[in-house]
Amino acid sequence: MSMIWPIFKREFTAYFATPLAYVFIVIFLFAMGAFTFFIGHFYENGIADLSVFFGYHPWLYLFLVPAISMRLWAEERHSGTMELLLTLPVPLWATVLGKYLAAWTFIGIALALTFPIWLTVNFLGSPDNGVILAGYIGSFLMAGGYLAIGAAISSATDNQVIAFVVSVVVCFLFTISGAPLVLDFFRAWAPLPVITAISSFSFLTHFIAISSGVIDVRDIIFFFSLTVLFLSVNVVLIDLRKAS
Amino acid sequence: MFSLWADVPLATRSCDLNVMIEIEGLTKRFGPITAVAGIDLTVSKGEVLGFLGPNGAGKSTTMKMVTGFLAPTSGRVRVLGHDVTTETIAAQQAIGYLPEGAPAYGDMTPRQFLLFIAAVRGFRGHQAKARVAAAVGNTELDPVLDQPIETLSKGFKRRVGLAQAILHDPPVLIMDEPTDGLDPNQKHSVRTLIRAMSPEKAIIVSTHLLEEVAAICSRAVVIDRGRVVADGTPADLLRRSRHHNAVTLVLPSSRAETARTKLKSMNKVASVEQIARQNDLIELTAFPNPGAMLIEDVSAIAVAEKWDVRELYAEAGRLDDVFRALTTHDATRARENRA
Repeated sequence: MSMIWPIFKREFTAYFATPLAYVFIVIFLFAMGAFTFFIGHFYENGIADLSVFFGYHPWLYLFLVPAISMRLWAEERHSGTMELLLTLPVPLWATVLGKYLAAWTFIGIALALTFPIWLTVNFLGSPDNGVILAGYIGSFLMAGGYLAIGAAISSATDNQVIAFVVSVVVCFLFTISGAPLVLDFFRAWAPLPVITAISSFSFLTHFIAISSGVIDVRDIIFFFSLTVLFLSVNVVLIDLRKAS
Repeated sequence: MFSLWADVPLATRSCDLNVMIEIEGLTKRFGPITAVAGIDLTVSKGEVLGFLGPNGAGKSTTMKMVTGFLAPTSGRVRVLGHDVTTETIAAQQAIGYLPEGAPAYGDMTPRQFLLFIAAVRGFRGHQAKARVAAAVGNTELDPVLDQPIETLSKGFKRRVGLAQAILHDPPVLIMDEPTDGLDPNQKHSVRTLIRAMSPEKAIIVSTHLLEEVAAICSRAVVIDRGRVVADGTPADLLRRSRHHNAVTLVLPSSRAETARTKLKSMNKVASVEQIARQNDLIELTAFPNPGAMLIEDVSAIAVAEKWDVRELYAEAGRLDDVFRALTTHDATRARENRA
């Protein structure tokens, strides 16, 4: 465990050593605000809750999280620091976890900086703050899921653009796997258990369940196990590249 | 009784405390291309092994496998008795590694970077600071300690990589072209540092600078197409050169023909080569028959015959002769790989 900390710290400070962190946070907050107020008609709805706000999170993460995850490994490979990092006496899983946690914490900070909208809704009415808290928890877990997918994909290439595009596509499939568009495609030929399995991978379904205020252990386990799965894929992909 | 040891395979003999790196049958294939084709080497404490070979001969690939960055296709590497494939962390703790091109995080300053390395290597607080200070002192990084690494000159970047490698005072030091891109002064100080560290460590240095081998290495290993083609002291290698014990003399062109005929007639001389120099001077090089020493005889004749010699010297040998004779041209290799 003590090995994770230096890796985490280096990765986390790297965000703030370049304009990346500030640009990302500004765009993140601006996009969140724009969608909530202008497209989601937050004021006009006249409802004291943040469901409109949270409703846009999966779609924003779809592009913003791969923008963070694309550099996670691809940049190390491209600049040659991968060789340095992997010859330091740190177990590979600890390096993978340290870098992942740094990126997740960074996204968490960006998410926490949306707090003015929480203040706004409390000033305007009396929302159920428990539901809002659940929404934030769900959003953070979902971001972690997207990030793990993006990290695994980033470890397979040294090209950040490829990492970004492939991550967006894979994240998109996970987001909409519960939607009729996807399910109809399978319904024609796949047996029911397969269809149920595919629809259960939907980020949207699980996120909507949590953000409606019902923190079901199964939804949490979903995001958690998906993250663990993709971080394991991340470790395996790096190991495979070692042996190639 | 005494012959018992001879029957024991090399691998089980590592109780010899001085053997620090053992490489057995190390092989790496990338698809159809064999980059490293069965290398066997042991490196002991106190040795500075110069790894020589043309670009693409497999030097870097071998080093990447020794340090655990690449997994071998077959064969194994042990560092201080730890198998790099199965006990990677224990082996990596014993190794200081300067990868090719000295990669470092460009957005960090050398101080931040070295503190990061110290933390990963398990040093905390004062101990970490002391380690960083020692490494910085040895590599003369003080003036740039707080500038982002990406803004540093090539020489400083290389030394940041070097500082990172020696920070934990490792028993095994592996450096891929440590003096590449350094000016002669910087090269000299890096070589002095390597020599100073060598008694307590096993060091592998890859290079294609032949003078570096002569300057710092106690042993030279030449690899070509993934195989070891020569292994010996730099002096051993020089003995294989056709210039070994060759005698060169410079004299006015009017005497050249006489001198040339005279030299050719000596039994110790195998052949004579002639190069025209400026100012009406001629350079003659007499190559000896194997094992013969020429310098005394040649100088005696030159004095006796009053050749008006301007320069006269014998050579220990030229490493680039040996290098060219032992290794293949990169275009030839590429053609063979394709075939």
